Formats: sequence, structure tokens, C-alpha cells
Amino acid sequence: MKNFAYARAQDADTAVQLITQNQNAKFLSGGTNLVDLMRENIEQPDHLIDVTGLPLAQVEELPGGGVSIGALVRNSHLAANQIIRERYPVLSQAILMGASAQIRNMATTGGNLMQRTRCYYFYDTDARCNKREPGTGCDALEGFNRIHAILGASDDCIATHPSDMCVALAALDATVHVTGTGVERTIPIVEFHRLPEDTPQIDTNLQPDELITSVELPALPFARNSMYRKVRDRASYAFALVSVAAALEVEDGTIKNVRLALGGVAHKPWRATEAEKVLTGAKADEEIFKRAAAEELKAARGYKHNSFKIELAERTIVSVLKTLASEGGAR
Amino acid sequence: MSARIVKPGAIGQPFSRVDGRLKVTGKATFAAEYKVENVAHGALVFSQIARGKIKNIETSAARNAPGVILVLTHENAPEMKKTPVFGSDSEEMGAASSSILYLNTDEVYFNGQPVAVVVAETLEQAEHAATLVAVEYEEKQAKLILQAEKPDAVLPEHIPGEPSDLKQGDAEGALAEALYKVDNIYTTPPFNHNAIELHATLAEWSEDEKSLTVYDSTQYVIGVQEMLAKKFSLRKENVRVIGSFVGGGFGGKGNAWAHVSLTVAAAKVVKRPVKLVLSREGVHLSVGGRTPTEQRVALAANDVGKLTALIHTGFTQTTEHNNFAEQFTFPARHLYKSENIWLRQEMVHLDIVPNTFMRAPGESPGTFALESAIDELAHEMGIDPIELRARNEPDRDPVKDLPFSMRNIKEAYRVGAEMFGWSKRHAAPRTMRDGRFLIGCGVATAFYPAYQFPAAARVEIHADGTAIAQSAMHEMGMGSATAQAQNLADELGLSFEQVRFEYGDSNFPYAPVAGGSNSTISVGAAVKAACDDAKKKIHGLVGEDDASPLKGTRFDEVEFREGGIYRRDDATKGETFHAILRRFEEDKIEGEGEAAPGAESEKYSMGSYGALFCEVRVDEETGEVRVSRFLGVYDCGKIINPKTASSQWRGGITMGIGMALTEEALFDVRKGRIVNPSLAEYHLPVNLDVPNIEIHFLDIPDPLTPMGAHGVGEIGITGVAAAVANAVFNATGKRIRDLPITLDKLL
Amino acid sequence: MSETNSGGREFADRTVPVILQINGIKHELQLEPRVSLLDALREYVGLTGTKKGCNQGACGACTVLVDNERINSCFALAVQYQDREITTIEGVAHSDQLHALQAAFIECDGFQCGYCTPGQICSAIAMFEEFKQGAPSAVTEHLAETEIEFSEAEIKERMSGNLCRCGAYVGIVEAIREAFDKEAAR
Ligand SMILES: Cc1cc2nc3c(=O)[nH]c(=O)nc-3n(C[C@H](O)[C@H](O)[C@H](O)COP(=O)(O)OP(=O)(O)OC[C@H]3O[C@@H](n4cnc5c(N)ncnc54)[C@H](O)[C@@H]3O)c2cc1C
Ligand code: FES
Ligand code: FES
Repeated sequence: MKNFAYARAQDADTAVQLITQNQNAKFLSGGTNLVDLMRENIEQPDHLIDVTGLPLAQVEELPGGGVSIGALVRNSHLAANQIIRERYPVLSQAILMGASAQIRNMATTGGNLMQRTRCYYFYDTDARCNKREPGTGCDALEGFNRIHAILGASDDCIATHPSDMCVALAALDATVHVTGTGVERTIPIVEFHRLPEDTPQIDTNLQPDELITSVELPALPFARNSMYRKVRDRASYAFALVSVAAALEVEDGTIKNVRLALGGVAHKPWRATEAEKVLTGAKADEEIFKRAAAEELKAARGYKHNSFKIELAERTIVSVLKTLASEGGAR
Repeated sequence: MSARIVKPGAIGQPFSRVDGRLKVTGKATFAAEYKVENVAHGALVFSQIARGKIKNIETSAARNAPGVILVLTHENAPEMKKTPVFGSDSEEMGAASSSILYLNTDEVYFNGQPVAVVVAETLEQAEHAATLVAVEYEEKQAKLILQAEKPDAVLPEHIPGEPSDLKQGDAEGALAEALYKVDNIYTTPPFNHNAIELHATLAEWSEDEKSLTVYDSTQYVIGVQEMLAKKFSLRKENVRVIGSFVGGGFGGKGNAWAHVSLTVAAAKVVKRPVKLVLSREGVHLSVGGRTPTEQRVALAANDVGKLTALIHTGFTQTTEHNNFAEQFTFPARHLYKSENIWLRQEMVHLDIVPNTFMRAPGESPGTFALESAIDELAHEMGIDPIELRARNEPDRDPVKDLPFSMRNIKEAYRVGAEMFGWSKRHAAPRTMRDGRFLIGCGVATAFYPAYQFPAAARVEIHADGTAIAQSAMHEMGMGSATAQAQNLADELGLSFEQVRFEYGDSNFPYAPVAGGSNSTISVGAAVKAACDDAKKKIHGLVGEDDASPLKGTRFDEVEFREGGIYRRDDATKGETFHAILRRFEEDKIEGEGEAAPGAESEKYSMGSYGALFCEVRVDEETGEVRVSRFLGVYDCGKIINPKTASSQWRGGITMGIGMALTEEALFDVRKGRIVNPSLAEYHLPVNLDVPNIEIHFLDIPDPLTPMGAHGVGEIGITGVAAAVANAVFNATGKRIRDLPITLDKLL
Repeated sequence: MSETNSGGREFADRTVPVILQINGIKHELQLEPRVSLLDALREYVGLTGTKKGCNQGACGACTVLVDNERINSCFALAVQYQDREITTIEGVAHSDQLHALQAAFIECDGFQCGYCTPGQICSAIAMFEEFKQGAPSAVTEHLAETEIEFSEAEIKERMSGNLCRCGAYVGIVEAIREAFDKEAAR
């Protein structure tokens, strides 16, 4: 790892100031992604601004029933938060299915949103990778691409976003609050991460000098009936091959409300709007779940090793919706 | 008359590990943790191409980086002589993993070959400077694909001690005519040992550069000593290699990989101790793992389920520089009786990191193929797979035509079937379920040969009634130190608490590599010999001493127990070691001994066996497989320590579950690079992947081995992948012949 | 490389004073900001009980406790952990008296080579606390409830951040169960 200069910011303004004033600077939170990437020589910042001391570590109820999650709330604390467990179980589950207890104790909300892909060729600095080194090519296209994207990929990049938490946030219609030099703005979660197109080096729509301050969950009463299912290669401590976050409200056999998002399938957490369209107002049965899943994955494209993800995603969607439909009344 | 109380010996008791306290308190010192003054830190630079020549190596940026003391390349490295490769038949063969002359050549033979060592004041400086070395290559066409090189495959001269092509009768002919047959290809991917302790070497030269001390994470201190002595033209006794605590090896630390001599060379040049710890990526790149295999197993049977043909052939990969054949046809040589047999193994030579032995080399992939095939045949014939095995149980070794020294497979299956509730399983696939989970059960046989190698030991009996023994043996978690202490206690008639066993130091008497599950009996026999020597010396003192109640006794008239020596026919006549040594004004009695396998072992087929039972749950919707129950019933001779032996079996089974379901090194054939050199992406089983594995052992001694024991380290992994695959078939009706059984193969 | 790559007074440059509170003892060190807490412990303080198994956050061998919570010290920069209470395996026993988990690990053979063991034990100590506080895990069935059964699956999932290549998981779970039951009985 290259050496760098380190500073610890005590408030958001100072943090933003430091990042604008210094070349090649980055925020540091839990370090579980950034330190890893620096050790692999993929990130080589000259300055690190430690933001873990910022007073942004609270989960607060908002008037109107929503919740605000500070950017520095650690993943383990968020998952264990009683409000989240009761009102947004999908979020607790998604976080708990990610990484390990040790990493969740370090990882923060802001860092989790900003974590980068786990593509093998992104990690191997001897390989070609447009995300790491724009213009060099993509070794994943013809290489091992079992863990790669089936939706929204481009010929320049087929990497996936690895976060579980963000998939739940996508299903919950969260918004990301950020602050830059003098301006604060709110970015809907579905617009926070981006598709690779021909600039896969840019993961998100956050500007380099912007700091995430919090994530807001809107009031979503029916999210009490929500869940996260993660399909992976080992029982724990593995990234998702495919994951599904969903919330469902069924009234008199009809789907009144549904939120559906997929993980492990795209460069960003994938909000399944096509499926939602099919589902909303329809009769809640296996057939419609299948149709909705198929509709969402119509646009999917498989590569040499990952075509299975298309069927896997469909099956997992159906399975999760079935579970939520049958449990919906009970909760 | 005093009642004579015969205390049960230490052997067979479930003692807790002798080194347990050190390990749970963080005080066990592993190679990288020795505190050596003024130590500098090393880091490796790895080649980025698979085959070619180094045209230019630009080191100035690295040399000028803060803290850097040395950048060692082929341009400035001291000469390191060529030494025999491990496994060659030469005298003092040493531990070299290959014949590549790292840093004494500009040739690149594999992607990941170390091409430079950077030494700096701190670890951070060394690791960073290593990234600043820029290498230009003249690339050559590399051979990287097993399939493509098959036409050039070679038949090895032998695969450890056995012919690589063996024909009895006409197996193909019998197969063609058979009533029942299965004939399939099974493949296994490359695996990496991935011991959690990263390979580490700490080298310190004496000022006159005539002697060398090396702390190394090795399974073969004597081998490393021999290799380094030759490489650096030193007298062997001036090279001391210490590896007392080793954080797992599984074969991956049996050879000395490039970093070992390169660290020693760097220390020589900088005239300071140098410590080098491989990164996890470095382990994947520069330490070889298990070769992938492509195996054909064909079985033919008559109407009553007797095998008429057994064919097991196939390919593995290796390099020109090490030539290690993974002996996957070994199980087929010993497990089943068949009228016609054909076994053949070929190797292809590739430009890859030299492959090496990993827990049960050969037997582990071999049993996957063979034991899957037996299951397939059983299904084909509608016979219970345990019954099919019983019908083909040989009464003599099928290929050696020798009697078995010990073999209780049928008993293991009988006990196991009862414990597991085998009779409750449904033979028809896809007939057991629990909600969305399909449930399946499978069995397979575990097999590993019983090896004994020459070894030596010395023992000291002290005046205070305690004793220590020493041998250059290894303890990487196998429980060897505990088992040998038990052996020592019983040999000398002392209590377990009164003895200690020292190991992991080349200054101690010779011990072989910790491989082939040989340690327990190889070193056990040497300890016995050393104890006999010491006992004779003690008897020699008292037998002619007027002051002793044992005067005039013959050696066979005395016995050693309770810290002393006593007449066999009169338990009251005798004296303690303490009393004897005091009278003779000695503070200790020493004994030395050597042992090698006896001639008897040539007249028998010696192996260990096990019956494995596995239950899996398969998520019908996603294809995810989880092992929900596992039982291993083992026939491994007398068990010295049930507690540590059970851990060995469980550990092997755990690794077998990884092999079956999650592990695979992804080798990108375009560049010859492993692309998942990380514990995040090379999936070792985690706690939740492994059920509460049940173990049972028969504890029937082998009359031919020291203590009646066999090693237990490797058999644990054998058969496991087949038991899992067979259970998956039973659950889903899908036969997966290509490991690992990932969910995409079951959708 | 220039000696001053500072971007202003706020930035610590090259080596900086780092004060670490480890097992109740204050250590005053001079470290580059890039030194991980793991390497600070092993290479600079000389506490080698904490192990390096991957340096990739993927094995848990480097687990230590910070203010009684478990973290992977390989991803922690030492400078970030000043003023925090760090406990390593060396600080787990009370003088000569082993921690109940340490004793249980020996008794239940919860290890073989022992290399993952310090991480396993530190991890298990923190897991007890998490459990007592009612924190859920990925296998917790009723997420909203704080009374969670200390089942085998719960232990296994919660310990899945600590790899053991020797495969001592069965012994590890048994040891944890034994120590936990003992504590619960008190
Ligand atoms: C072995 C392993 C397994 C894992 N498994 C999973 C998994 O299964 N599922 C999963 O979801 N994740 C997994 N992770 C990833 C983990 O969740 C992320 O590393 C973590 O969430 C990152 O958070 P952090 O606070 O540590 O971020 P850091 O590493 O500190 O930062 C990451 C990035 O975010 C930026 N950043 C941090 N905070 C802010 C802020 N407030 N504003 C703007 N930018 C900011 C940093 O500059 C940096 O670029 C795994 C990680 C490892 C190492
Ligand atoms: S060394 Fe930190 S997780 Fe492996
Ligand atoms: S005891 Fe060896 S890795 Fe766990």
C-alpha cells in the first residue's frame, strides 16, 4: 500500500472542505473496502479523511413514520435496530446476510453504498479492466464471468454491485442525503448507483467532493411484510449470486402494493419495475409471480458462465413472493 | 501381599492437546513470530506472464523508495545450487518443490513465479516497493490447457511406488460384453490447501556466513535443512531449521517453495535477518496446489452384482520441473475385487506453478470418481450401494495379491448403517423432502494406505522421574505431539504428565516429511526404539548392582512401570528411576533409536478404511446444497487419542465438504493466472456449511504396525466428495460428475 | 519520494504518533498511517497472538475486540483506533486463570493447528455480548423478537466470519456451547 496522509474530520463541513482542498483525497469510514482496495493497489489516494468521528451515527424516527439513518451508523447496529427489525425487516436481513459479524461491526452505511465490485479482473491489477483502468478492455467478457451481471451490462463492463444492503434500500425507495461544497442534495437510491455504459470507472452519481450524510427510508407500513433472500455459494460469508428484496401487501387476494429489487445481477441494485407493474393490482398467485419474474428478466443477457442467473433470479423472485404472500396475513 | 493395580496406559485415552494452553492464549510461536533483533522485511514480486524470458527488470523506483535496503533479482542474486526435487530418489533429497532456479535464471516458467525480492526496514515499505518493480518480458507460447496438451501426455515411470499402467485380464473386453455397466468421466478442479497461516520464512545467518538458522512454516524441517545446505554450500549440521508451530499445512508446506531460499539469499546479501511472509495472493501464485483431474471410471457387473471389469484411467497436470503425479488410481487398486482390471494414469506438462500433494493426494479425487461410479452401478442394478460393495469385497489385495494386515470395511458399514439409520433412506431419487428442500442420503468408502518411513528419536529419563523425547517431527495440528507423549509415557511406564515430546527442529533426530499420514507410526516406532535403548541401559546398571533388588535379572524378567523398573514375577522387587539415578549419581539416562518398516510390511497390503454416510438438503428452487448430517466410521487400527483423532477425521471431512461443494481455484487459461487468489473468493467451508459431524471408530489394532496404529490425517478427506455427490443424486436425481457441485449445476 | 506530501496542517504525514490502549496498557508508537492495527500489534508492539490469515478481511484470524466489539484488525488502520479499548487474545485471561472459553476450547478440542484460535476465541467472546443484547443474525427466525434461542444454527452463523481450515468447527461450537451454558448457569 502506498503511504498517504491522514486526517480526522470532526464535522461534515470540515470533511467536505478537506476533500475539496486536497488532490486525490478520499473519505475513509470502516475501511473494509477502501483499505482492501488500497492494499491491492487499485485505489491509491494521497489523502485519507477519516469521517468515523462525524456525529452521523444515529438512527432516528422521522415525523410521518420514516426513518433517517446516519452515514456512519455501522451495519451491525443498523441491522439490530429495533425499529428497522420491526418496520423494515428486509433491510435487517439484507445486512445480516452480508459479510461477517466482524466486518459489519466496522462497515458503515455510507461505505456500504460506495463499495466497489468484486469482479476478479477488477482486483487483478495485471488484468484488463475498464473500471480500474479505463480503455484497457474487459477481461471478464471472455473470462470467468459466473458472478457477473445479466442486466444492464455493457460491452465495456459486466461487473455487479456487491452490496446486499443497497438491494433492500432499492426496494424500500430510500433516498441518499449528501452534502457537497455548500450544497446539500437528495438522490433517490435508484439513481444513486449507475449502469456502466462506456464509463464503468464511475460507480455512482455522487460527486467526488460529496459526502453522504444519511439515508432516509420513507414510511412504508406494508414493508413489515418484507424479506431478503440471498442465494450464494456457501451458507454464509459469501457474496450473492442472486438476491431478492421484496415487500408485499395483499388484500383480499389482490396485490395492493409490491416492492421488488434484485442483487447480484447488475452494476447497480436492480429495482424490478417491470415485474412490479405486472404484479400491482393482480391476483396474488404463483402464476402471476412467474409472469412478473419473466417480464423483468426479458432483457437479461447471459455470458459464458452466468446464464444460470437468469433462471435463478426468476425462481428466487417467485419463491420470495410466494413466501411473502403466504406469510402476509400472519404478520 | 500387595495387590497389583494395572493402570490403563496413556494410549487410547482422550487427552487434551499438550500444546492447547499455548494455542488458546496466543503464546504458541509460529514461524513469523520469532523475535529476532534487527530483522528486515521481504516481499516478493511475481511474474505476470506464464512463459518467457525477462528482458528487462527496472528496479530503480523500488530501490529509491523509502526504507528499501535491497532489490534482489536474477541480476544480482547469489548462486543457489540446483538440488534434487522432493520425491526424487536421490540421497538426502531435500524439500525443493521444483528444479526451477528462482532468481538464478531469467526464464519465466509460470505466471506468478517470483522474479524479485524487495527487502526494506518495515513490512509496509517492502510491500509497497515490490509494486514499483517493473518487468519487461519476451513472451513465449505457454502450454496452459490440459485438454489441448493431452496428445502429448506422458506415462510416468511410476506413481509413487506403483506402476502407472496396470492391466489384469481384458477389462475393455469384459466391459463391452457386460450385462450391467457404467462408464463415465469425472472431473475435479484445481484446489489450494489454503492453510490459514500464511507461508513464512525468517532467516538469520551467522556473522561468518558459515551457519544459518531458519524459522520456517514447514512440514519437513529436515528436508528444508538438506535443501538449504546444498543450495548455499553449507555443512548440513550448520543449518538449523525450526518449525515448532505450523498453522496448518495439508501438504502445502511439505515442499520448500520459492520464497524459502529467496529469503535466505536476501538475508545473506543484506547481512541481516530477513522475514518474508507470503500474501494470500502469493500463496495462490507461488505455492502449488492439487492438480485438476480428468478421470474415467468404467465398471461392469454380472447379474449378481460381481464386478467383471474395473477401469480407472485419466489425466492430471504437472510441470517439467517437478513431475508429480496425483495417484488417483490408488483406491481402485485395493478396494474391489474384479475379474478384469485396467488402471492407467497419464500426465500432461504445462507451464504452471508446480503442483504438489494435498491431503490424500490421489485418494481424494480418486475416491470421488470410483465411489461415485460404484453408486451409479448400484442404482443401475437396483442394489443397495452398501450391499454392492460387500459383494465385491476382496479377500486378498486385488492387485498385489497379498493378504490384508487388517480390513474391517464390512463391519464399519454395519455399524455406520445402524447409527445413521440407513435403512430409512428411500433408494429412489427425489422421494424425500421437507418443504422446499429435497433430502438425499449417500454412502462412500474412505481409503488411505498405511505408510511407515524411516525415522529416529532420542529420549532422556531424568532423575526426577520425568522424561522427554525428541524427533524432528511436525505438529501442524494433527495431534502428533500429544500422541507421541502418550506413546512415550506407555513405553517408559510413566504417567502422561511426566513426559514431554519435543519436535519441529532439525537439530533433533531425523524424521520424515509430515505427509502420507506416516508420522504416528514412523516416529512412534523410533520412540519405542529409543526407549528400548534407554531401558536397556537402566537395566544394565541395576542388573549387575549389588545394591539393587534387580541384580541378576535378565531384561525380559523386568518391566517398566510407575516411574521405575520391577521384576515381572514379583511386583514388590524393583526401584524407581529416581532411586537408581541418585545412586549412580547420574542426572539422566539417554537412549537413541531408529526405526524403519519391517520386512513383514512387504508381505501384506496395509490400508485404512472408512464408511461414510451423508445427508444433504437441496433447495429445490435455488439448487443450493447443504450437508445436514455426516457420519464417518473408521477402521484405522488402534486409536492413540480418540479426541485428537476425531478432530483429524472431522477436519478431513470438512475439507471434503469444501471439495464437494464450494472449492475451486479459477485458472484463467488465457494468461495462466489464478483469478480468485483470495479467501473471499476461494470458498473454504465456513462454520455454517459444516454439520455436527459424527465420528465412530472401530479401534481394532493392526497386528503389524507399531502400537497397532495407523495414521489418521488424510483418510478423512477421502470418499467425502463421493458421499456428498451420491446424496445429491439421491435427493435430486441429478448425477454431478464435475466438482464442485455448485447450484448452477442443479438448476 | 518527497518527505512532505502533506496537504495542510490537518494531515498527518509519514509517521505519526499513535497511542494505542491494548489490554489495559498504553502503547506509544510512531507509525505510518498505512500501518494496520493487525501489523501494529504483530510487528510494532510484539503481540503476535493476533494472527494474519489473509489480510483480505476474509478469514477472521485477525479478530480483536474494540470497546468489546469484534472487528477484523487487518482492515483497521491503527491511527483510526486511538482512544479505543483494544483487547487481544493476550488480554483475555485473568492473569493465570483462563477465560471460560479458552478452557472450553482446550477441553472440546476446538482447534488443531491453533492458528485461527485466537480469532475464534475473541470472536466468540464478542458474540456472547451481541447475543445477550438481543442482536439478531441471518438465521434468526423472528427478527423482531429480542429473545433469541441460542441454537446450533445461531452459533454457527454468528461464527462464520472465522474460517478454520483444520475444520475444528464441531469442537468450536461445542466449546462455545459449554462456556455459554456455564455462564448462563452463574
Ligand atoms: C470478505 C468480505 C466479504 C464481504 N461480504 C459482503 C456481502 O456479502 N455483502 C455486502 O453487502 N458486502 C460485503 N462486504 C463488503 C462490505 O459490506 C463493505 O466493505 C462495507 O460495507 C464498506 O463500508 P466501510 O464503511 O467499511 O467503507 P470504506 O471501506 O471505509 O469506504 C468505502 C468507500 O466509500 C467511501 N465512503 C465511505 N463513507 C462515505 C461517506 N460518508 N460519504 C461518501 N463516501 C464515503 C470511501 O471513500 C470509499 O471509497 C464484504 C467485504 C469483505 C471484505
Ligand atoms: S487476516 Fe484479517 S480477516 Fe484474514
Ligand atoms: S485450528 Fe487450524 S485453522 Fe483452525
